[in-house]
Amino acid sequence: MTFFRAENLAIQFGGLRAVDGVSFEVREGEVYSIIGPNGAGKTTVFNLISRIYDPSAGRVVFQERDITGVPPHRIAGLGIARTFQNIELFQNSTVLQNLLLGRHEHRRSNLFSEMLFLPHVRRMEVAHREKVEEVIEFLGLQHHRESRVSGLPYGIAKVVELGRALCTEPKLLLLDEPSSGLNPEESEDMAFWIEDIQKDLGITVLMVEHNMSLVAEVSDRVLAMNDGRVLAEGTPQEVQQHEAVIKAYLGG
Amino acid sequence: MRFIFKTDYDQDIRLLKHGGHAFWYGLLLVAVLLAPVAVDDYYIGQLTQLAIFAMAGLGLMLLVGYTGLVSLGHAAFMGIGAYTEAVLLERGVPFLISLPVSAGLAAAVGIVVGLPALRLAGIYLAIATLAFAIIIEEVLARWESVTHGFTGMVVEPISVFGYELSEGADFYYLSVGLLILIVLMSLNLLRSPTGRAMVAIRDSEIAAQSTGIHVAKYKTIAFAISAGITGLAGALWAHKLGFLSPESFTVLQSIELLVLVVVGGVGSIHGAIFGAVFVVALPQLLAVGKGYLPTNVADAPGLEAGVFGLVLVLFILLEPMGIYGRWVKIRTYFSLFPLYKKASFKRQKTYLKSERLR
Repeated sequence: MTFFRAENLAIQFGGLRAVDGVSFEVREGEVYSIIGPNGAGKTTVFNLISRIYDPSAGRVVFQERDITGVPPHRIAGLGIARTFQNIELFQNSTVLQNLLLGRHEHRRSNLFSEMLFLPHVRRMEVAHREKVEEVIEFLGLQHHRESRVSGLPYGIAKVVELGRALCTEPKLLLLDEPSSGLNPEESEDMAFWIEDIQKDLGITVLMVEHNMSLVAEVSDRVLAMNDGRVLAEGTPQEVQQHEAVIKAYLGG
Repeated sequence: MRFIFKTDYDQDIRLLKHGGHAFWYGLLLVAVLLAPVAVDDYYIGQLTQLAIFAMAGLGLMLLVGYTGLVSLGHAAFMGIGAYTEAVLLERGVPFLISLPVSAGLAAAVGIVVGLPALRLAGIYLAIATLAFAIIIEEVLARWESVTHGFTGMVVEPISVFGYELSEGADFYYLSVGLLILIVLMSLNLLRSPTGRAMVAIRDSEIAAQSTGIHVAKYKTIAFAISAGITGLAGALWAHKLGFLSPESFTVLQSIELLVLVVVGGVGSIHGAIFGAVFVVALPQLLAVGKGYLPTNVADAPGLEAGVFGLVLVLFILLEPMGIYGRWVKIRTYFSLFPLYKKASFKRQKTYLKSERLR
């Protein structure tokens, strides 16, 4: 049984084939990276997986279930969480509120019990906070718990977004350029967290990343893309030395 | 400065965060309850109006301030609530049934109006709701067999199990009581998943969706709750007016509600109350001020609307967070004294915005 599989994914925007027949498989428990030059279609693959776009051809299969027709808001409930390249946080809320939003799929209350704030709603809120507190501790966000996201430095906001994804208790975590905009030290931290997420939390990670040292450090396997197509797949070393990949990056 | 040492998750969840809250809100409650004893009937009437407007504003606040959907047609929901109440009472339906039905009908219409909201955003949604308000205004004027058109209709007094509520103190207690209930309900909602989902939609739809929030469903819920609360306020307003005509629920009234929300402070429950104080007090202040103005200025038509507009523009330019925002600053100034810095509330500019996905 394959954990996650993309089969012949394709999408077209007008005349542009942004993704053109991409297939790959992710095994449970591994860190799988997608690399490629700008405009290769990496983020588009992510948007296809998280159902923001409808593919014009191909399927996405997660735990033997075809999720190509699932509405986007159900993806989190299935156990797939994601972060965004340019941080999509709820800017006017505190870090705690942002993380609590990650718990949305785990709510067990309806509108009317919430309006009256019945005892079970309160118990559920406490349980959410316990879980959120675990994530805060895991990522070392204690100092920023009550801060508004709009005032946070970029690097911290990036970590908060990772935290929000973790709060959904995903099985598969999609990270869209986790180290973009981070300084070397913060990138190093990010690498440790990705390793911890894989080893300690047992979450499978699928990430798009430009920073090759980070990719080489944490990835089990790498997929290289260019112009919407797969160039090569293999271990980080294999892919880095692959002729087509070098050509795509350096031209010629 | 107050530091709260947290040892329990419940401290974050409870509504009264510390003793100061309990003391001041308790004092406010006592003042509100004792008001009919202390001040004369005219002011009780004004306070009742304030409570009703605060309720209507609160409805709009949940939509505009918390879900980020702008409505320029909320007077129409007030109108629906008011006319439903009047028509039902005319047909002999008891008050305890007619009131919830009025709110419920407004909520149901809110769901229908909310449907375009699933596709429209920003100014386009505002225009759609404006069109809706004009339609409702026309319906109230033309559907004469039910609403009596421009002849207007008398609203029957409230009686519960044979006891007729007086227009003064009794109705005041009813309005304030309902306002308190609605405020508590809103606060409860905002500290639970539904309220958080609404705020999430306001700040980033795409991220809301990726955390599992069904954006369309929560937008519809927000519209329904907002319209329902405003409809309830409308039903009370019908009793306050005593006589309904379509002119009571014009587009101008919708704009007044929006001014209430913006001047009070977008995105805060306090803001709805402060905004209502402003909307109720301004005409009074103008009436007093008119005495000092030359007659040709004082009697100029549209003076009130002009001043409303001016205040709105000034608030947007100088204090976008409204009266509540100013209040927070003043409070912070004193709690940090003498360390308050002007920059504490400087808005951070964010240049990064994710590529729009749709």
